[in-house]
This record gives sequence, structure tokens and C-alpha cells, in this order.
Amino acid sequence: MPRKFPFRHLASLVSAGVLSATVVAAAAGAGAPTAQAQQGTDADAREVRIGFVTTLTTPAGIIGRDMVDAAKLAIEHMGGKMAGLPVKLIVEDDGFRPDVGRQKTVKLVKQDKVRFLTGYIWSHVLMASRKPALDAGAFLISANAGPAPLAGKLCHQNFFSASWQNDQLPMAVGELMNRRGIKSAYIMVPNYTAGKNMMAGVMRTFKGKVLGRDLTKWGKDAQLDFSAELAKARASGAEALFAFYPGKAGVAFLKQFEQAGLKQHMQLFTVFMLDALSLPKLKQAGMKDILGRQSPHFWSPDLDNPVNAKFVADFREKYGRTPSFYAAQAYDAINLIRAGVEGAKGNLDDADAIRAAMKRADFGSVRGSFTYGNNHFPIQDFHIREVVQNDAGEWTLRTVGRIYEKHQDPYAKDCPLK
Amino acid sequence: MSAEAALIITQLLNGVQLGLLLFLVAAGLTLIFGVLDFVNLAHGAFVMLGAFISASIAGMLQGVPGGWLLGVVLMLPLLALLGMALELLLARPLQRAGLTPAALHLAQVLATFGVLLACSAVAMMIWGTQGMGVVLPGWLRGQVALGEAVQLPAYRLFIIVIGLMVALALHLLLQRTRLGMQLRAVASNADMAAALGAPVDALRVAVFALGAALAGLAGALMVPIAEASLGMAVEYIIIAFVIIIIGGLGSLKGSFFAALLVGMLDTLGRAFLDDALAAVLPLELAETAAPALSSMSIYLLMAAVLIWKPAGLFPPPTRGRH
Repeated sequence: MPRKFPFRHLASLVSAGVLSATVVAAAAGAGAPTAQAQQGTDADAREVRIGFVTTLTTPAGIIGRDMVDAAKLAIEHMGGKMAGLPVKLIVEDDGFRPDVGRQKTVKLVKQDKVRFLTGYIWSHVLMASRKPALDAGAFLISANAGPAPLAGKLCHQNFFSASWQNDQLPMAVGELMNRRGIKSAYIMVPNYTAGKNMMAGVMRTFKGKVLGRDLTKWGKDAQLDFSAELAKARASGAEALFAFYPGKAGVAFLKQFEQAGLKQHMQLFTVFMLDALSLPKLKQAGMKDILGRQSPHFWSPDLDNPVNAKFVADFREKYGRTPSFYAAQAYDAINLIRAGVEGAKGNLDDADAIRAAMKRADFGSVRGSFTYGNNHFPIQDFHIREVVQNDAGEWTLRTVGRIYEKHQDPYAKDCPLK
Repeated sequence: MSAEAALIITQLLNGVQLGLLLFLVAAGLTLIFGVLDFVNLAHGAFVMLGAFISASIAGMLQGVPGGWLLGVVLMLPLLALLGMALELLLARPLQRAGLTPAALHLAQVLATFGVLLACSAVAMMIWGTQGMGVVLPGWLRGQVALGEAVQLPAYRLFIIVIGLMVALALHLLLQRTRLGMQLRAVASNADMAAALGAPVDALRVAVFALGAALAGLAGALMVPIAEASLGMAVEYIIIAFVIIIIGGLGSLKGSFFAALLVGMLDTLGRAFLDDALAAVLPLELAETAAPALSSMSIYLLMAAVLIWKPAGLFPPPTRGRH
């Protein structure tokens, strides 16, 4: 006979714990600028409604804040109008969760009747939101995520990327590793779509041997302690470690890499870890090792073109900090939408004209000029940037060279679009 | 020593380190629950506040030698005060509201959950969403060689030392001092202890102060590994509950061993599970399944323990229910 269960409230204790995690995340968002509910009205055609799905809560909320700030700056720069129509930005928080992102996307197309959807930091959120957005006939513009399927078989005439395809940056890193003469590497990425794309990307170009790979837990309660994985990486004897940890996890990773003394044993190559969001924190933690570290990207705050100079200067003046590449992409996404709306002379029902104008990509981009491939992903240059200390004592990025010229992602050939 | 043996030893030490860090989180929770029968969801908020407050003090003392350590030490009394405030302003009125034991637990859960939300909101107003880091002193930034092939970050070793010291100190406090005896008496039967002259009200305040300070210590020690962030308020509360359930609700010894078990299981899962699975599964599948399985493993452990020993591994011997 089973013993009497002594603590009747056990179940309620555990569920309360789980509940608290969920509700706190939701409640933390209450202070952030979230939904501005809006009923569908007959003004539909007389304003450009842009749904912006991004992450405002969880530690990754810092990324969403940078993107929303940049989107608002872009709209301010165009005087709040596209082709004479007022612009309405409706921001929604995906809470770092694909199911929530999809739900917010459905709300934006059904209830707010937006014609344009953008934001989307995370590949898994974008993949979950893709169908409801495109089925509703909206234009879907990624301002960050670039999952492989959307560049290949699942490409769509109404999907555009204002950023890059996930594989491109790690491919550039693989190339950088080849140029440095690295013969063997260990790979550490988070266990989700983009992590796997990053791993595939670096292995596509890196010519040396991969001695070991680790996929770590990701999502709301992502793993932040990498002691076990770093010990494995060191024991593998690889010459280099390739890592992809965006946001808070990246700062934790870099700290632990330094604390473990791994730099004496292996060179570190990263993607999406050294940016305007992480560098102030790394400086705060006194991690001087970071200075001089190089990473490739299509954009850098010092990229020399007038649009970028204005964007960076105004962003710094308005918000008091250097914009991250996430911000740059959000700024471009809004300008891409403007190019579409103006190409259709403000007729939002003329999807063909909007699409054709967006595909020309002849708006002023912060990255300089680029073109769109058949899959609506940019064909663009990738630069090598180095972490430096500027005159004001801040840590920032400086472009030191170019690694790819007019680079196209490897999935474009699988896309049936012309 | 072979490289494989060195790796295994390193991973075992990593497991111990994670376990002791988790023990620090769980210790305060189990103490408050064990002695006072109080369910404190605000514990997570104390972890977060400990992290932010210590990082803020350390930031102000930038350049002062030992600034970080001073930040941690100065944070402890502040957190203890917060714990006392929670007891006086919330726990005590609830205790005296004349509720049945079940209703009292529910009221505690709801009230402390409210405190958790309020603390998170206040922390967001003060420190913002971006998180905060600290500069570790030089002697904690290096590595310590144990034997020829095993090398551990000095800071991880520091956590092991602090964790063991706290465990020992708590054990001595509870088992060898007059205060500890009174606490055990209150845990066993508060009314009887009061009748025999134990200062129950003062003891309750003391336990809350100690519990909050322990939570703050755990939070402060996590900052150099990751950073102080709002998410800490909820990131560790679930795993802390898992640990005190595995260990036996209210048992300090139980949470010590359960935390070590959980830390070890988690670390060894991350360290060896993908290679083990790769022996029977295709590599891609093994690599993807391993992190999912290893994070699930502690919940499987909890389920197994609850089936085998429903009261946990080390249920407290004398828990009067009245």
C-alpha cells in the first residue's frame, strides 16, 4: 500500500513556481511600450500600418528596444509619412517565444489589418509567424532572422529580408579562420534554428577539421553556464573555438571563456556576440581581452556612407547610445517599406507595384548599395570589424577590411522565384 | 593522468560547483519553509536584488581594491533587512489571520508572488532591462591547476569554497548552537517552543533575514559568471523548488545533497550525453536530443524520487503538524 503523501500542497507549490515564471515575464512587459490596440476602420487605406513583432521582455528585451527605437527614428526621419500617408507603428512583444510571436502576428493581420510586418529577431519566431502573415497577403520583412528555409524552398514573393541569411556570417567567419591558418575547431551554438544554421554555415566554408560540437539549451530559460562545454572544447585540443551566442548568453559566454583561461589554448571566433549592446557590458566587466577581437558583419557603426552617418549620429543624439546592427536593420526595414509604398504611389492595394519597388532596393540603406537576389535576401558585402576603444573611451567597432564582396546566400538556388 | 581522466575530473568539479551554487539558492528557501512553514516565492526576487545591489556597490567602488568582495559583503545586511521587512509586514499578519494551514499556504504563495512582481518592477525602474556586470579582482580571474592536467577557473573554485563554508556554517548553527536548538524547536512545534520560552517572534525575523541574505549571496555570486539581470528573479526559483522537493521539504541536509545531485546530473548530462547518444543515434539527432534530455533529467529525477520516497530523500525527522 502506498504511503500517505505527506505534503498536500506540494503540487500547488510547484505549479505556483512555474506560474510565477510565466506571469512575471508577462508582467515585466507591462511597463514596456507594447500593444496599441486598434480596431479596423475605413481609414485602412489612408495610413500605412506596420506591425512590429520583436522581443521586449526577457533579458533579450534589450535587443527589441534597440530595434523599436531605430524604427521610430526612421519614421521620424521621413516626417511620419510614406508617400503622403501617415505611418502607424504597432509594436508587439513575442516574449522570445514562437507561439506568442505567431499569436501576435495573427492579431496584427486580423485585428489591426496591417499590410506590413517586420521586426522578428529570432528564426524560430519568424518560422512560426510566416504562414499566418503571408496567407493574409501581408508583406513580411525580417529585420534580423534569416532562416535557411525562407531563403530556399519556402521563399515567398511577399517575404523580404532587411538583414542577411543566417549562414552568411558564419560562412564569413569560416573564411576568416581559413585565412588565419586554423586547422581544427570546436563549435558551440544554441540548440535552435539559427544555432544550427550558424553551425552549418561555418562548416560550409571552414576547411579544417571539426573536432567536436555542442548544442546548448536555448529559449526562455537558456543555459548560461558553459563550464562543462568549455572543458570539453579545451580537452578536444582544437586550435579554435567557434561560438554563436546572441544577447545576454554571449556576455556570459565571453566571461566564462576568459575565466577558464582558454585563450592560451585556442583562438575564439564568434558571430553576433560583439555589438553595441554587448560591448558596454564587456567594458563594465573589465574584459580587456575583447579589444582587438575581429568579427565579420555587413554593417558597422563606422561604415562610411551618408545615410549611415546620419542614422548613427541621430540615434546617438536621441537615445544616448551607439546603435547595434539590430537597430540598423530595423531602420533599413522601415525604409524598405517606404520604398515599396512610394513605388506604388501610396496605393496600398497595389501589391505588385509595392513588391517591384521593394525588390529594386534603391532606398538609401545604412549598408550602402545592395541588390536583392531571386529569394529576396540581400546580395551584399561583408566587412571585418575590430573592437576598439574610441576617443570618448567607449568600446566600439571599426571596419578594418572586407571579407566578402556582393555575397549571396547558398540557398537562393533552391528558391523557385525568379 | 590521461586526458580522459582529467576531463572527467574537471566535469565532476564543474558539477560540484553548479550544485553548490544551486544549494545557496535553495538553502534560504528551505530554511524559511523548514523552520517557519512559509512558502516564499519572493525568494527569487531576493536572488535578483542581491545580484543588482552587490553589482551596484561594486560599480561605485570601482578602483577600490576588493571592491567586488566589499559589494557582496555590504549587500548581505541590506538583503537581511529586506527579509525582516517581509516577515514583519507580510508573513506575520498572514500568520495571525487565523487561516487554516492549507489556506495559509495559498495566501503565502499569492502574497509573496505579489512581492516578486513588485520587486521585478522596481528593479526594472532602477536598473533598467539591460543587466549589469562586475569586474572581478585579479586573483579570481585566473585559473588554478589541480594536478597536471586539471585546470579550474579560480572563480569556480571560489564558489565551491564559499558553498561548502556556508553549508558547514548552517549545519553548525542549526545543530550546535542555542539559537539552532531554538530554531529546531520552532520547526518542530512553534506553540510548544513559545510556551517553553523560546522568543518565537524574534526567531521568525532572524530566519527571514538569514534566508534573504543567503538568496542575495547566491545572486551576487552568479553575477561574475553571467550578469545581474531581471530574469534572475524567476530563472532559479523553479530549480530551487525542485531541489527542496527532492531533498525533502524543509531539510537543509536534504537540499545540500539534492543540489549536488542536480548540479552533477545537469553537468554530466551536458558533458557526456551527446557522445553517449551518438553511439546509438545518428550524430545530428544525438546532438539535438542531448541538451533537451539533459535539461529534462532533473525533472525525471524529481519524479523518480517522489515515486520512490514521496517525502524526499531526507525528510526532516521532527515536523509537527497541528
